[in-house]
Amino acid sequence: MRIFDPHIHMTSRTTDDYEAMYAAGVRALVEPSFWLGQPRTSPAAFLDYFDALLGWEPHRAAQYGIAHHCAIALNPKEANDPRCVPVLDVLPRYLVKDSVVAVGEIGYDSQTPAEDTALAAQLQLAADHALPALVHTPHRDKLTGLRRTIDVVRESALRPDHVLLDHLNETTVAEARESGCWLGFSVYPDTKMDEERTVAVLKTYGTEKVLVNSAADWGRSDPLKTRRVGEAMLAAGFDEDDVDQVLWRNPVAFYGIGGRLRLDVTPPQGPHEGNSVLRGGE
Amino acid sequence: MTPTPVPATPEALAVLRTALDTRLTGPARAWLDDALVDVRAETAPAGRTPPAAASTRTATPAGAAASTRSTVPAWELRFAAAGRHCGHEHADAVRVLLLTEARPGPETLARLYHQGSAAERRAVLHALPHLVDGPEGLPLVADALRTNDTGLVAAALGPYAAAHLDQHSWRHAVLKCLFTQVPVAVVAGLGHRAHGDATLARMLADHAAERTAAGRDVPHDLHRVLALTAQARP
Repeated sequence: MRIFDPHIHMTSRTTDDYEAMYAAGVRALVEPSFWLGQPRTSPAAFLDYFDALLGWEPHRAAQYGIAHHCAIALNPKEANDPRCVPVLDVLPRYLVKDSVVAVGEIGYDSQTPAEDTALAAQLQLAADHALPALVHTPHRDKLTGLRRTIDVVRESALRPDHVLLDHLNETTVAEARESGCWLGFSVYPDTKMDEERTVAVLKTYGTEKVLVNSAADWGRSDPLKTRRVGEAMLAAGFDEDDVDQVLWRNPVAFYGIGGRLRLDVTPPQGPHEGNSVLRGGE
Repeated sequence: MTPTPVPATPEALAVLRTALDTRLTGPARAWLDDALVDVRAETAPAGRTPPAAASTRTATPAGAAASTRSTVPAWELRFAAAGRHCGHEHADAVRVLLLTEARPGPETLARLYHQGSAAERRAVLHALPHLVDGPEGLPLVADALRTNDTGLVAAALGPYAAAHLDQHSWRHAVLKCLFTQVPVAVVAGLGHRAHGDATLARMLADHAAERTAAGRDVPHDLHRVLALTAQARP
């Protein structure tokens, strides 16, 4: 089973996770920019983070045979902090980089006017750079947030089929599908979706334009949830080609829109001493 | 993989261009030709009018706080995009060629490094011996040597470091190669700088003792460098 995790925050994960992900079949991933748990206080804090997504994290991933790409953006939560908003001016510098395959994650958190502005501006940036956009749907007041998101996408210069609406669930999937956007489901141990509910959605709506991710981060989450969904799909009667479409071909098609995806990564020398990032002083 | 030039000579650059012409696909070669046109147009000495073929793409920040429009020179956008247009295996060589054609000063070079992806930073390090005569590039070498990205560490230890890096930092860089499994073959001027260096010999012996005490192998490269230190300085 070859797996492309289209949404995972590896900055918050250990090398043990990379190793386990490779063993589970993960060969590629996209790490979208997001909130770090601790609020940032300046654009410079974003720049160090973006640089890590363009340097250190791909280096770490490559040692475990995993191709690392990223999406760059001002996240919805910090779009409300005037100290952070000026980072929007710097985004064009990052959106030209080879391993940046999307603008994201953008969207709504508390559905404020500041979030409206940041979302619209960043959809425009995606269109300007011929990149797709990863748009997260809010945790609170989700259906209203989805409708507002779709309205802003329709008013933007970005085609709906260059937009991935993420963190969908049973209450939002139908309207999201109608919009013509790609559909993302985040599978978590406790919140968001679980394996069985994801399979039920796939049975109802089919596998076309559907992506499944672990969205694993610093919270209670599991980077192997993509694999678990693949197994649950097979157990429920889907065939291997269906699983491959959802877990590999769909993310490759979506993130390939900008022509920057590179999936031929091989580890430089293999993991140092078999189990650690090359750090020295073992 | 197109080799990046090690000796800092015009001949090495000519070899690099010939290798790229042979190995790049037709569209990639055409892209490189266009990129070199952009470079020449935008870095032309004052008083010369850039050819009409040069295009300056305007990168417009569309954010709420975007009160100004920033213009990125087209050649710098080419520098960033070399991987996806020429193939990642040739990107280092293509970027070095663009840099040596543009001949940015130390300040621009430092900006390109600090605003670059890891691959762009690697190219700046490879280009240093072609572009910087004095020690002005050393902060970039020091930055790369502080990382644990083995690609950056290796790129930092080319002819520029051989010529300019102080001996203390250079010894630590050699030791870091042994720690992070960067082959010491990448270290330019290894023999010349290791010869007769009793301090380096002591550090290597201590490292070997530490590994042996832990029941670990001593890397072959350590013996190789240790043997070099035993030889007298030429």
